[in-house]
Amino acid sequence: MIKLIRSLGRWGLGTFERLGRGHLFLMHILAGIPGLFLRFSLVIHQVYSVGVLSLLIILISGLFVGMVLGLQGYNTLVDFGAEESLGVLVSLSLVRELGPVVSALLFAGRAGSALTAEIGLMKSTEQLSGMEMMAVDPIRRVIAPRFMAGLISMPLLAAIFSAVGIIGAFLVGHGLLGVDDGAFWSQMQAKTDFYDDIMNGVIKSVVFGFVVTWIALFEGHDATPTSEGVGRATTRTVVHSAFAILGLDFVLTALMFGDE
Amino acid sequence: MPLIKIRDLHFYRGNRAIFEGVNIDIERGKVTAIMGPSGTGKTTLLKLIGGQLRPDKGTIEVDGQNVHKLSRSDLYELRKRMGMLFQSGALLTDLTVYDNVAFPLREHTDLPESMIRDLVLMKLQAVGLRNARNLQPSELSGGMARRVALARAVALEPMMIMYDEPFTGQDPISMGTLVNLIHRMNDAMGLTSIVVSHDVAETAEIADYIYLLSGGKIIEHGSPVQLRRSGSQWVQQFMQGLPDGPVPFHYAGPEFKEDLLKPEEYA
Repeated sequence: MIKLIRSLGRWGLGTFERLGRGHLFLMHILAGIPGLFLRFSLVIHQVYSVGVLSLLIILISGLFVGMVLGLQGYNTLVDFGAEESLGVLVSLSLVRELGPVVSALLFAGRAGSALTAEIGLMKSTEQLSGMEMMAVDPIRRVIAPRFMAGLISMPLLAAIFSAVGIIGAFLVGHGLLGVDDGAFWSQMQAKTDFYDDIMNGVIKSVVFGFVVTWIALFEGHDATPTSEGVGRATTRTVVHSAFAILGLDFVLTALMFGDE
Repeated sequence: MPLIKIRDLHFYRGNRAIFEGVNIDIERGKVTAIMGPSGTGKTTLLKLIGGQLRPDKGTIEVDGQNVHKLSRSDLYELRKRMGMLFQSGALLTDLTVYDNVAFPLREHTDLPESMIRDLVLMKLQAVGLRNARNLQPSELSGGMARRVALARAVALEPMMIMYDEPFTGQDPISMGTLVNLIHRMNDAMGLTSIVVSHDVAETAEIADYIYLLSGGKIIEHGSPVQLRRSGSQWVQQFMQGLPDGPVPFHYAGPEFKEDLLKPEEYA
């Protein structure tokens, strides 16, 4: 019994210590961000590897998610004779919910794990230590640009995901199932609000980008510098990011749409 | 006045004492070696000098400044004047050899690219790798990576340079090259060098002064000649590489005979 309490205590202390370290790490990153505007090329380079290289998976997944939404939505709506509203259904689901959430999950799997592995390996090969000894702060030079890149890329990827998804739904709805294209687009335009729907989706994707990139970078920086340690950190990034995305999605949705 | 003054240094990892009351003086312009068996905290000592770790007790002064009392920005200023060569080389794997050597110059100076190019080529020429400047670190052998790292470490013309196990895992030719380079760099650039190593022959060849470290304490110090003549059995064992002596061949524990008579352990 005492043993159980002791291990529970140790686990609790360990968790809180990591949480504390994670927050200090975040403060350090945020302090490094103003300096990045003087050397924006560092960020652009990272936007390429974090964002542009994630494009393919986002485009393909977005297309299929949209096509499935088109099929499923049509089947449900047609029972009520409301298949003309397919555009609204698809755009609201994607822009409010699926775009930010699914693209964040994909982003965590593609870019987040890569970031963790990269930083973890830099740590285990003493590159970060080496930078410190050259009087270059690795958090400002290596971590902050990647954080900024994640923050910039995530909303763009989510927007692209939603846009491609809508195209996918249109291809299925109009091309395959014969929904009127005029009704599809006009109802979508009429019922999708810029502030309530699109901006709320953008806010979600910014929050997810922030959290996923933070988790990925922290896990890499905090990894035990061995191949096993880096492997475990990469797994933790994907798992913790998924929890954080889905948990935060509930909180954000409740805050944004809870009183409607 | 010595360049580095370590007084009463204590450092613990968990409950294990790495250093207990270590005093070391590193003289300017000399090559000083810190030697000892693996796991005695030689690399830890370099990290303490570089301010990457904090001692639990005692002081480390570099050029008259207490490293662990400095503010972050002052510590970084001091580090610009300290070079460190990591065992792995610690080259940035996403940059070419040229960009690696240019890295500290680009980070810390506003020199035009043309001048950076001249400086980088000079440093690479000194380590014999000017023509390897377009290679990626993954294309270099271990010895070449260390030479590139050396060129990078001296790019900002530091006052001192710390070598972490520079000879480990090198073939005889690159070993000889590195021994020669460390010696030449020290004299030509007026550096102060600290070499952490357990390769006795190579280190004794270039060191002006040697500290022998074991069990968290300085066991002996002196010039290579003095150490070879030391009466201490431990020093003799280490310097001559004898398998058994004061440092036992067998890991501490119960006697072999006792163990054989205890078959129930595996029953």
